[in-house]
Order: sequence, then structure tokens, then C-alpha cells
Amino acid sequence: MVSTEAFVYDAIRTPRGKGKPTGALHEVKPISLVTGLLDELRHRHPDLDPVAIDDVVLGVVTPIGEQGMDIARTAVIAAGYPETTGGVQLNRFCASGLEAVNQAAQRVRSGWEDFILAGGVESMSRVPMGSDGGAWAMDPETALRTGFVPQGISADLIATMDGLSRTDVDAYAAESHARAAKAWANGYFSRSVVPVVDRNGLQVLDHDQLVRPGTTVETLAGLRPSFAAIGEHGGFDAVALEKYVAVERIEHVHHAGNSSGIVDGAALVAIGNERAGEALGAAPRGRVVASAVSGAEPTIMLTGPAPAARKALARAGLEVGDIDLFEMNEAFAAAVLHFMADLGISHEKVNVNGGAIAMGHPLGATGAMLVGTLLDELERREQRYGLATLCVGGGMGVATIIERLPA
Amino acid sequence: MNGGMIQWTQDDAGVVTLTMDDPGQRANTMNERFGVALGETVDRLVAEKDSITGVVVASAKDTFFAGGDLNMLRRVTPENARRLFDEVQEIKRRLRTLETLGVPVVAAINGAALGGGLEIALACHHRIAAEGGYEIGQPEVSLGLLPGAGGVTRVVRMLGLQDGLMNVLIQGQRMKPQRAREVGVVDEVVAPDQLLDAAYAWVRAHRGEDVRQPWDRDGYKMPGGTPSSPKLAAFLPAFPANLRKQLKGAPYPAPRAIMSAAVEGAQVDFETATRIESRYLVELATGQIAKNMISAFFFDLQAVNGGASRPDGVPSYTARKVGVLGAGMMGAGIAYVCAKAGLEVVLKDVSIEAAEKGKGYSEKLLGKQLAKGRTSQQQVDELLSRIAPTASADDLAGCDLVIEAVFEDPALKHKVFAEIASVVEPDALLCSNTSTLPITGLAEGVDRPEDFVGMHFFSPVDKMPLVELIAGKQTSDAAVAKAYDVVRQIRKTPIVVNDSRGFFTSRVFGTLVMEGAAMVAEGINPVTIERAATQMGFPAPPLAMLDEVTLTLPQKIRQAAEAAGESAGAFADHPGTPVIDKLVELDRKGKAGGAGFYDYPADGPKRLWPGLWEHFVLDGVEVPFDDLGERMAFVMSLETVKCLEEGVLRSVPDANIGSIFGIGFPPLHGGALQYINAYDGGPAGFVARSRELAAAYGARFTPPQLLLDKAERDEPFA
Repeated sequence: MVSTEAFVYDAIRTPRGKGKPTGALHEVKPISLVTGLLDELRHRHPDLDPVAIDDVVLGVVTPIGEQGMDIARTAVIAAGYPETTGGVQLNRFCASGLEAVNQAAQRVRSGWEDFILAGGVESMSRVPMGSDGGAWAMDPETALRTGFVPQGISADLIATMDGLSRTDVDAYAAESHARAAKAWANGYFSRSVVPVVDRNGLQVLDHDQLVRPGTTVETLAGLRPSFAAIGEHGGFDAVALEKYVAVERIEHVHHAGNSSGIVDGAALVAIGNERAGEALGAAPRGRVVASAVSGAEPTIMLTGPAPAARKALARAGLEVGDIDLFEMNEAFAAAVLHFMADLGISHEKVNVNGGAIAMGHPLGATGAMLVGTLLDELERREQRYGLATLCVGGGMGVATIIERLPA
Repeated sequence: MNGGMIQWTQDDAGVVTLTMDDPGQRANTMNERFGVALGETVDRLVAEKDSITGVVVASAKDTFFAGGDLNMLRRVTPENARRLFDEVQEIKRRLRTLETLGVPVVAAINGAALGGGLEIALACHHRIAAEGGYEIGQPEVSLGLLPGAGGVTRVVRMLGLQDGLMNVLIQGQRMKPQRAREVGVVDEVVAPDQLLDAAYAWVRAHRGEDVRQPWDRDGYKMPGGTPSSPKLAAFLPAFPANLRKQLKGAPYPAPRAIMSAAVEGAQVDFETATRIESRYLVELATGQIAKNMISAFFFDLQAVNGGASRPDGVPSYTARKVGVLGAGMMGAGIAYVCAKAGLEVVLKDVSIEAAEKGKGYSEKLLGKQLAKGRTSQQQVDELLSRIAPTASADDLAGCDLVIEAVFEDPALKHKVFAEIASVVEPDALLCSNTSTLPITGLAEGVDRPEDFVGMHFFSPVDKMPLVELIAGKQTSDAAVAKAYDVVRQIRKTPIVVNDSRGFFTSRVFGTLVMEGAAMVAEGINPVTIERAATQMGFPAPPLAMLDEVTLTLPQKIRQAAEAAGESAGAFADHPGTPVIDKLVELDRKGKAGGAGFYDYPADGPKRLWPGLWEHFVLDGVEVPFDDLGERMAFVMSLETVKCLEEGVLRSVPDANIGSIFGIGFPPLHGGALQYINAYDGGPAGFVARSRELAAAYGARFTPPQLLLDKAERDEPFA
């Protein structure tokens, strides 16, 4: 009888390049970000028998153009993995990378498959966010029926309803940078981050490009709110307020400095049962304890992590207090502050090495990156349980609980 | 053929002129007769195509074509959906054949081309309009419908999504010919006597060409791009969001359907687009909101403006010279609208300065219009020359009409009428602009009470279309008829009611605003109260309106009623009263004083006063949101039924139109009585819901006897 546990054997990621033509990874194709990680996995685990890998599951949020046509299978072939290894691309918006991990874990735990690579990729500088259209935003009948608003409006609505001032969200953002800078300085990410190199082996990028160590509330004060104009002239404030009938108006507090950065990057997590460990020649670093998808009201949109976390905790038979560390994607400062307040948890346990405000949010990959960050830090602190979660477009929330396994 | 609906003549050059002339109606409409005639005509065009060099579409009426068959559309139900869809598709198929005939087709627009009229013209290759003051457009949205005979599809292809939606479809702008040409739905504007010549000239110039619509030509690109083009895709999501913002959350289905049909249609071929358009039209036409809006804005309005409430047998009257007493805000507005309609105006106040200040209002309005190019200096000068400010009663000599608009004080009103009684023409019509004071009492101050009429204008006078005429006990039918004619002369809509404190409109308006105050008293969040109103379809929410009319008004009305020993209606013993009294006590009397339910900062939009939370809002008050909007509409409808029951109201159309045009009843419900007819379960359903509201919120929701009778007989207010 094969174990039905889903173990985490490894978790790697690229550094995150600024998601603009001036960013370091703009010259790198999304497929190359993935094949680079697939190469690294074989490099790190020289005994790996890749035939044991059943499938590669990749989250991509804008799966068109060079991220289209099932980039996961394309990467498998391009990286010279066996033809029997499948590849599938999925999209759960910002939680796609974590969704890939969860689906891989579920398939392994079902006993039907042994070894799956899960992760995601997004080259936001090359395939712009939102360029895939979609009925929710682009079809008036659907938008009118569902109350579509851009996420920044939702974030500002949360801030307004929670009474979060501009200083509150900016202070959170400054702390994200400080924590990320410290983590980088101390090498906390060195196990996961795989520098991106060119075809000659020359290094293209070895660090997260957006981190600004000296960020303070004062340095952020000059940034103008990003969503005031579309809220007012785009009509989206009115759409949100139509549902939130007790809110007189939305105070726009989010801007480029306290929202997740637009970046390029990719991540992979190796998930399998014991047989996978044999194929890899490695011991498991952790196990996936539980996963959950849940949802909240789609216009406020970013409050899904708490119900998802509660659902995962219940499934695992754990309490909030049992979790040693949380990674909640820093889509917007208010979304994290809301999650912390909702669950009653201290900032001391949340995003301890910074997050997407400092390092960026490569949409399809971020969820898998959070799993790696969490595992690395649980190991560093020798703690047991970690919970990763992301707020998701359309009001969804995805959560995963992992347990570190001592070496 | 077809009884002359579409007359066919062909000249020696092979040009066929199709002249539309419905033998059964004053105007051409898209009725069954037209459908049959169009089919026969298009069949013949196809059959005889080889001998045809061009087609001119014209009208023998003084209008071009009036639009849809509203009698039919008012009756159509979801059970007829298939039939309506097929009929609409059939008309479109014929128009499509016309525009793909392969010979030049031109529309000669001689007069109003609204709705289906413009749609026919859009199916021609070229549109020439005669100069004139008539209107062209696709106003279907104002009746809860969409241009379903190809209007959405063709306007979008002609102008692009953004311009098509914004300039033509969503608001249903009614455009003068010149404006229609600027917008692009008309190609040429010519002198009326050159219309047909211009049409024939265009056909001659294109004879022998395979004339096609732009969207049927190779390489056609939609102006501004289709939804799949990045240029448009970037801001397409803001289209529906801005629409919601414009509608303030009111559930109007038509603009939503128009936008949806336009965007969906822009992504597919022409024929598919027209089917999408038809499906949305059928949904709208078979729904209740279109019925309500057609009922109010076509049938009721036609009855009201057509003289249904004007006493019979009185010769038509045209006022020549009006004396306006009082040059405050109302008097100044009245002077303006009278001068605009061509009347000589003597604007009198206690001092010449006050009178001139009143005239200054017209100068200000006209200055704005001049700056926007909507009028000429000559017209401004002419209009202003008709307003003579004065402080002397003697200057009212020769006035055949007097409109008094001084403060709401019976003694003062008596005094100003006494001053001019012997100066004006001996049979001058005497009108008092009062919003609440009973006319019968005011009439005691004049020597000719039979010539004395209440003429209640709404503020701002230059914008508000309604005038409520009030017949006192002694007012003669002749005076009512003359007053009716005066209101039509100044191009407003008159409703006629009998005397009562607050008449019809102020009484019912009072119930609305006091209900808002009552909700505040219950501890409900004021933001939610206001939001409930706009989402119910009220153009303005109750607390904002209380600020507009000032919070001392309900107090004054209450005091005046009590002084007269009468009931103050909604203002007596109302649960909202303590809220109003408290705010007045705190010197928050409304917008005029810069503070009321709202704060009015100089540098930004008004905000609800935070003190409301301190004084009134209670944590944990949970009232179903839908109850709030319903309460506002129900109190108005119930008071309207009482007005009908007491004989204050004389007709159902007056009630519906008065409630919408005067006091902001939600237009999509078709008026305060139509709301009852259309309520789920009809009058009986309305009674049942009223009783629920009475049990939950107070006896003011108890249905009156007349409503119970209607419910019992399952009979609508008609």
C-alpha cells in the first residue's frame, strides 16, 4: 500500500524581475523561465528519474500569446523531459500557483498519481495582465449582472470599511520592504531562488528587483492613489457602492507602493508520494496537510483568504493558533490587514520575510513561491505548521496548510 | 397596393419614390399595415430591380415616421415572445434587402424621424433632412425599449460603439436636423423645398453604382474599433460601470440591454448582430418596466398634454401680458419661462432693486446659453426686452394674466393681489404660485374668486416641466381652462387638481421626505436610506431633497395647518418630525443655510453630516434594504390613492405624470398609481404588502378604502 501523503520534496523559484521593458527578465521568454527551473531541478537532483514524473501543472493567469497553447506541456518537451510526462496549464487568477500545488497534492493523495511538478509562470512585462479579455470585465451584460470592478477598487473599499488610513497601509508596505530586505541580506531565500541565466550560462538576474530597503511611510507619501481616477471617471466606485449601501464613498489609499508589484517570474514545487522520493533520491521536506478553496462577495473580492483558511484548518483539524507562520499574498496592503484582523493573528506571524508589495506578484507563479518561502522559513525557525493563502479575482480564496518534516 | 401605406411612383429615369402615408393614422408607425406594405414593396423592388435606378424613401405626412406601434408593444407579453421576435426579424429582413438591393437608396426626411423612423432612414444609403425644428433620434430608451429594427446594429456600425452609445442610443437624444448631421446619423441638411430635389440629385449621382453601406464594403473597420481591438478593450470595462453610475443603481433594463446588444453585436456579423438586438428587444418589450414607461411617457403624457383635464367648452386662450408678483427665485423663474414663450412680462417686487435682481436670473440663464452657443445675442436681447422690472403696481396696466409668487403667507398674498386688482385687465386670470396654501382661502382675498387659480410651479422653474393647477371652491371651469392654456403656452405640462392643503404634489412629496426622516429616527444609516432611494429609481434621495426644500418647510406647513385647524397630513404626528425638529434646533436647516442632513463644503461634493451618526444612528438596526425603497414608493402611492379618493386628484394620468414630473416618483414604475397596477399581484398584492409595511413600520401604510375596493374588484387604476 502506497502512502497517500502528498510530500513536498523541493520548491524553487526564479528571482522576480521588474515587469516592464526595463526589467531584467523582460528579455527572457516565459517558456525559458520554466525550462530554466526544470533544468535546475535535474541539476539539483542528479539521480532524478524524470520518467517518474506524471505531470507538470502550471498556473498562468494570462494564458495567451507566448503563455498560451498549454505552456506546461510545451516546457516539458522543450526541457527534454520524457514524452510520458504531461503538462497542463490552469488559471485560478492570483492563486493559480497555489492551486497547482493543491491539485498536485490532491492527485497524489488520491493514490492515482505519484509525482507531479506544480508551479506557475507569468511574464507580466511580455504578456500584459488583462490582455486575455474575458466576459466578467468585457461583456457588459455579465459585468452589469455581477458588479465587476478592478481589484484596486475592492482593496480601497476594504480599507474604507475597515477604517484603514493611508498611513496604515503605507506602514504595512514599508514593513514589507524592510522584511524582504532583511531576508535577502541574511540569505533566507538562497535555498529557493535560482538565478536566471542566458543561453551561455551568463547570469541575467539573481535577486528580486523591486525591493527598496529604505522605504518608509514618508517616502511613500508622495505616491498618488492609483484607483481614484478609474473609481470616479471609470464609474467603478459607484458599482461597488451599489452593493455596499452603508458606505458613503470610497477612500482611495492604494497606490503602486502599497500594492503588489508587477513582475516576471516562475516557480516549481515537487510534490509526490514516497515513490516519488525514491525516484528523486531525496527525503521529503514537508507535507501538504490540507487545502481549500472558498469564496467571498465578488465585488469586495479580496476577503476570500479568511474563509479559505478556516476551511483548510477545519479540514486539518487545526486551530488558527496551531499555525506557526502565515503567508498571505500581499496583493494590496488592506487585503492582508483585513485577513489578519479577520483571523485575529499578529503581523509577527504573517509574511515574516516580506511579500509581493516588496518583491512583486508574478500572477500565475506567486502561490507556488509562497509555499517555498513558507517551507524555507519553517525550516529556518524549526517550526511545524505554515499556512499559505491568496486573495483571488472573483472573490475566491485559496489556502494550503503545510507541515515541515524534520530532516 | 397596401391601401396607400407605401405609395410607389417611378419616373422616366427609373427612380422609384416610396411615399409613406398611413391611411389610418396621423403619423406613420411600425404597425401591422406598415409591415405588410414594407414586405410587398421590397418584394416588388427586388422583382423589378433591373428597371430601377434608385430609390427615394419619403413621407406624405408632416412627420417622416413616428416609430414603433406602442399600442401593440404595450400589450405584448412573454407568451407572445416568439411572435414578436419573428415580426421584428421580418421587418429587419425587409430593411436589409432594401440596403443590399444594389441600387442607391436615399431617405428624404421631411419631419420628425424618431425611433423606427430613423431606423428606416439608417437602412438607406444616404439620409437628407429638411431644415426645421423637428427631432431625429432613437429615443426608445425613454420608453424602456431599444431600437430593435436595426437601430442598435446600424448606429454602432456607423458611429462606433462609444459615439453610438453615448451620442445616440443610451440616452436616446432627440436631435434637431443640424445636430443629427453633426452626430453623423444624417448626411445632409437642406431647405425643405429642396429636399426631394436633393434626394433625386444624390440618386442621379450614384446611378449605376453598386451602392453599399459602409459595413457591407470590403475592408470596413468599425469606427473606434471592435471590442477585440486593444484600443477599445482598454476602456470597455468602464462602459457598464459608468452606466451604473449614471443610473445611480436604478434598475432600468433598457440602457443595460442597449449597451449589451451593442457590444455583443459589434463582435459578430451584421445578421447575427440584428438577431441579438431582436432578442434583447423582445425581453424589454415583454417586461413590466417598458409597459410602465410606455404607459406614463406616451399614453398618460399624451392625455395630460392633450387636454384630458382641461374643462370642455371653453375657447382656447392665449395670454399676452403677464404680471409676475414677487421677483424671488420662483417669480424670477416664472418671468423667464413666460418671456421665453413670447409673453410681455412685468416683474414686480417691493423695490426696483429686487425686481431687477429677479430679471438678472434670466440674464444669467441666457448668458450661459449664449456661452454654449445655444442662443444668439439677438434672441437674448429680444427675450430680455420683454421683461420689465418694476416696483409700481401701476405698471401692471394691461396685464391679462397675473401670477403671484410672493412668500407663502396668506395675508401677504391677499395684499399684493389687492394692490393690482384695479390695475390689471378686468378679466385678467389671477394665479397664485403656492406649494401648499389652500386656494379657496387665498381666493377670499380677491374680488373675483371665480377667476382665481392655483398655479404651482416647481423649482427650478426653467427646468421642471410640471405645473400643478389647483381649482378652489369658487374657481370657474373657464379659469381652469385658461390656466391650462397658459401652461401649454409656456410649454409646460399642466395637471389639474382640486383644492386641499398641499394639493396633490406637496402632500405626496411630504410623505416621501418624512419617510426618509422617519428612517433616520429609526436609527438607520443615512447613507443606506439615500442609497435605497436612488436604487429604487428616485432621481433624488429624500434627505437631500429635505435639505433642498429646507427643513423649516415641514415645520411651517405643520404650523399653518394647525393654525387653520386642519390636518397637516404627512407632517402631523409623523415619526420623522423629531428628527427635523432636532436638526432645525441645531441650526441645520438645509442647503440654503449651508448645513442640513448634509454638509456643503465649498471645495467638494456634499457629504452626510457625521453628527447624524452621533444623534440618530443606532448600531444593530437591521432593516431589509428593499423595505426602505418600497416604503418610500408605497407612502407616495398610498397618499396618491387618498388624493384620488378625496377628489383632490381628478384623473389617473394626472396622478402618474404629476408624481414623476413634479416630485420625483421613480419613472421606471410609471407613476404613483401605475406602480400599484404593476405591483406583483396588482392592487391586491399591493394591499397585502401595504398591510405588512403597516404592521412593521406604522399605520401610515394602512391601505385606504379606494385601494381596498380596487383590490377587491381586481381593477387597475386607469
